[in-house]
Amino acid sequence: MNNINNKSKQPLMRTVKRAERSKMDILKLRIIAFVLALFAGGLFILLIGYNPAQLYGTIISGAFRSEMAIQATIKFMIPLLISALGITLAFKMKFWNIGAEGQIIMGAIFASYFALFHSNWPHFLLLLVMFVAGFIGGGLWGLIPAYFKSRFNTNETLFTLMLNYIALHVISFLRDGPWKDPGSSGFPKIARFNANAHIDKIFGVQFGWIIALILVVVLFIYIRNTKQGYEINVVGVSQATAKYSGMNVKKIILRTMILSGGICGITGMIQATGSDMTLAASVAGGVGFTAIIVAWLANLNPFGILMVSFLFSVLEKGSSVMQSTYGLSTYSASVLQGIILFFILGCEFYIRYKFVFRSKGGVK
Amino acid sequence: MSDSSTTRYAIELKDITKTFGSVVANENINLSIKYGEILALLGENGSGKTTLMNMLSGIYYPDAGSISISGEEVAITSPTDAINYGVGMIHQHFKLVEVHNAMDNIVLGTKEKHLKPIVLKEKILNISNKFGLEIEPEKKVYNMSVSEKQTVEIMKVLYRGAEILILDEPTAVLTPQETEKLFAILRKMKDQGSAIIIITHKLHEVLSISDRVAILRKGKLIDTVETKETNEKQLTELMVGRPVSLKIERPEVEEKKTILKVIDLSVMNEDGTMGLNNINFKLKKGEILGVAGIAGSGQKELCESIAGLMKVKTGAVLCNKENIIGKTPDEIIKLGISMSFVPEDRLGMGLVGTMGMVENMMLKSYKINKGFFIDKKPARKLSEILVKKLGIVTPNVETPVRMMSGGNVQKVLLGREIESNPNVLITAYPVRGLDINSSYMIYDLLNEQKKKGVAILFIGEDLDVLLELSDRIMVLCHGELKGIVDAKETTKEELGLMMTGKSLQGVDIDE
Amino acid sequence: MNIFLNFLIASVLAGTPLLFGTIGEIMNEKAGHLNLGVEGMMAMGACAGFMAGFMSNNLLIALLAAFAAGMIGALIYAILTITFMADQNVTGLTLTIFGVGISNFFGEYMLVHSETNSLKLPEQITAQLSNINIPFLTDIPVIGPLLFNYNAFVYLGILTAILCGIYLNHTKLGLNVRAIGENPGAADAAGIKVTKLKYFNVMLGGGICGIGGAYCSMIINGGVWMSNSVNGMGWIAVALVIFASWSPTKAIFGSFVFGGFNILKYYFPKSIITIPNAFYDMLPFIITALVLVITSIRKSKENSQPASCGVNYFREER
Repeated sequence: MNNINNKSKQPLMRTVKRAERSKMDILKLRIIAFVLALFAGGLFILLIGYNPAQLYGTIISGAFRSEMAIQATIKFMIPLLISALGITLAFKMKFWNIGAEGQIIMGAIFASYFALFHSNWPHFLLLLVMFVAGFIGGGLWGLIPAYFKSRFNTNETLFTLMLNYIALHVISFLRDGPWKDPGSSGFPKIARFNANAHIDKIFGVQFGWIIALILVVVLFIYIRNTKQGYEINVVGVSQATAKYSGMNVKKIILRTMILSGGICGITGMIQATGSDMTLAASVAGGVGFTAIIVAWLANLNPFGILMVSFLFSVLEKGSSVMQSTYGLSTYSASVLQGIILFFILGCEFYIRYKFVFRSKGGVK
Repeated sequence: MSDSSTTRYAIELKDITKTFGSVVANENINLSIKYGEILALLGENGSGKTTLMNMLSGIYYPDAGSISISGEEVAITSPTDAINYGVGMIHQHFKLVEVHNAMDNIVLGTKEKHLKPIVLKEKILNISNKFGLEIEPEKKVYNMSVSEKQTVEIMKVLYRGAEILILDEPTAVLTPQETEKLFAILRKMKDQGSAIIIITHKLHEVLSISDRVAILRKGKLIDTVETKETNEKQLTELMVGRPVSLKIERPEVEEKKTILKVIDLSVMNEDGTMGLNNINFKLKKGEILGVAGIAGSGQKELCESIAGLMKVKTGAVLCNKENIIGKTPDEIIKLGISMSFVPEDRLGMGLVGTMGMVENMMLKSYKINKGFFIDKKPARKLSEILVKKLGIVTPNVETPVRMMSGGNVQKVLLGREIESNPNVLITAYPVRGLDINSSYMIYDLLNEQKKKGVAILFIGEDLDVLLELSDRIMVLCHGELKGIVDAKETTKEELGLMMTGKSLQGVDIDE
Repeated sequence: MNIFLNFLIASVLAGTPLLFGTIGEIMNEKAGHLNLGVEGMMAMGACAGFMAGFMSNNLLIALLAAFAAGMIGALIYAILTITFMADQNVTGLTLTIFGVGISNFFGEYMLVHSETNSLKLPEQITAQLSNINIPFLTDIPVIGPLLFNYNAFVYLGILTAILCGIYLNHTKLGLNVRAIGENPGAADAAGIKVTKLKYFNVMLGGGICGIGGAYCSMIINGGVWMSNSVNGMGWIAVALVIFASWSPTKAIFGSFVFGGFNILKYYFPKSIITIPNAFYDMLPFIITALVLVITSIRKSKENSQPASCGVNYFREER
């Protein structure tokens, strides 16, 4: 009798630690999580009355059905990839930079100044200057929270977030006032850039994709093989250890955030002059947030980011086709991205822990 | 009522097994304790004492085996169950809410209805009088000393009417005098019929407080002996598994020249209190200067101000007559002042847990070569040398150090510091959490450095070790230096008194 | 004077959604969970509340739907961070992206499937949402309109704040929650059901956020569905928690002050100085950033973030 009672008192489910899994196992886990996420997304599609296989099919074919579709997919990928790389630097340092959105905008604003007012400069000089200006704009926007973080330990998550909204309103200020296109009647907008300030195309897509690929390699090496990358890693694990070993933690935080913000700023420049051809309030358009998911999913590995951002742009492009075919909102992309990340976040658990369920035979 | 021929057991453990990942922490343990008895659970660090007791307090759940309390088989699935069965545990790291006062901590989680503060205070003071505890119910925990916090923990258990009390290393943080006081309380509880289990690795305490001793080694129960019928030597042998001498060597070094001179050093903490107040001492080459004191008496501040990590208010630290105050940690490292500091979280600030040995070796030296890129080759070579020299156990030199055992982590840390050929070695709690074998290895490493003429500042917590290893011992209390004594002359009691604030009577030997 | 009175009233109205969001986040953080998904949970509440109100024409059902939607968002977060011990920052951010996404997705879905290509709340429910007239009290000059002439949400928000304040600071359950937020290990050892209570608090907080979202979608745009109606308020709410030093009752004041910044541009006399609208729009965000900096400069042990906030709890952690 007693024994039976005892069994029923055992916890139904408990969590225990397990030996850490190998890299191969972790990869398998993530793939399983990804597949499960697709099922969950399918369930969602089913609930709203569509055929999941058909919709997923539309996404894939929508992204690859023609040369133009592929080019459009790549166009989605460029800003996502570059800003995810920028974010990675900050996240490696455990600096929760969720201000990529604002940094992209500031980069775009700085670059746009030259596109609007110095469009007569020689083409390549102009692009180079705009590139540098974009970097500086984003870098400055990253430097502000970094300064307060290193000086007063100000919460960077919220601070960078507030800077996003401030940057957004800087654009609306410029649009309504000093940079208002005199040619536009009534409706305030900023003028279209002169063709001289447009980024050239390579294989039908603006050459931002080449910059992005170069950055992937550069960042991979920077993080793994340079002193500065090493410092970022140490600061990320323990600031106390970094100080103890003689590192100037403040300087490292400031420097890294300039780089992180700067790379996001480059995104802004490329987006404004390569895709939008003007400075619009939607220049970042949520890319800064999606990039966080991308960076996290890729485990902060630059090549992983390349893959994940490609996958996500397929989703983005596909969802826009879904909109035109089925009238479904493009927000379906964020819903699916959210579901994927929820599952991946959940699967991380199994790397270090496991659940033990009440065994039928009791404790023996 | 119980039959006189059968003893009334408080706890009976049968074939208890618990594993963590691939580590077997407890294996087939059978153990019992009676009411009105004090059982000492003796074993080295890592022998599975705490794990075993955590299964009684509901923190862990056994993989196999059964637990009976007062003769009835039970399943303790949570701390709530443990409390309901009358088991109370006082953990080594106190489980208190720092920003709440003593009262709130004591009633936390009890099933009774909300009591008015006045009624509650009365009730608490009544219980404390019964057992001779001193407690201030309205004091916030973060304002309390370690021994006050421990009193609150004991009070928590008594308030819940627990009859079975488990204490995990309760004396580790106490002075000898406070330890005596605690033991008096425990004896009183035993007289009132409680069953008490005390986890410890200090032999003389085992002999003075317990009725029986259970010895654990590598997760297995080796033996249970009556305290009356045993002695230190037998217990040591049972604990370590072979006859060992627990004597720590203290080699004599002839030439002693002052290398570090600390003058009127004062440090202000962030909250405005004095972390260090007017500290003066000299550290000589070829000596080990021990630092004793209750946790939080200024040890951290002393280490960090010498290493350049903390802002100094007044005073100077002369290294070979050059003031190092105001220099950056980087510059101080270059002067050959090396610190290995191991705070509670074990990896502390000396190592990066997620990195392997190789990358940890570069921590202080990665800037040496010119250029933009790091060079891992020398670090890899050094890692391999250390693995061989110190017998470090690790799958390979790239395995993250957080996955290594405590002893190996300490070896990596001290090994790196020693390989940098320091003039001054500051080491804080280098044997914390280590088994006896690894501890002695660390002592030997330190002595070797001492013989080479390195000046060593040794921040310790075990007074027995400090007395045997150091040449001189300085005692800190509330950030003040209470005196420096000759380790060969002084006694534990004298150190204990100084640790609680009594200044040294007679001559300082800091010459 | 009249303008000033109107400004105060408008501040209260603009601050009410912030109030719900702030209380919701306080409930999360007090239990040790930094939930950056407030914006997402509010968005989910906004969509569910509006649609339920649109279809049922019943305010109570709308509120319940908003509460439930916020709670479902919080449940996802709770399962991931409490049971699966996932990173709180990333989970919260994902919840925001997901919540805003699904809210706008359904909004557009409903729009496309509606006959008129616009969604407007039925008359009856808008009437229920209009300002409440309390006989006699509302008629008192100045004090009447200032205190006794708001819509039901405002009073519900203040009531929620007071009730949550009592719950956290004057009940045993509240003591348990605060203990969990400070030191879950201690709470666990004292016999508190840590997991259960964390779930309870996180989900309750999510539900409260959901109501705040319903305010955004049902009142701010005059009963017409618009995408992105929460528009960053959830994020300001997260920052307001710091401003309110983790006290639900202080949150009342804080939210109304921030509500004031939100609508200042409509009330600031243009005759004194003309400032571009964009600067007014920036104001709440700039002030929030300043609050962050100021609170980080003066740090105190009490009245600060619960010590274990952001760190997941695992009993067998060694």
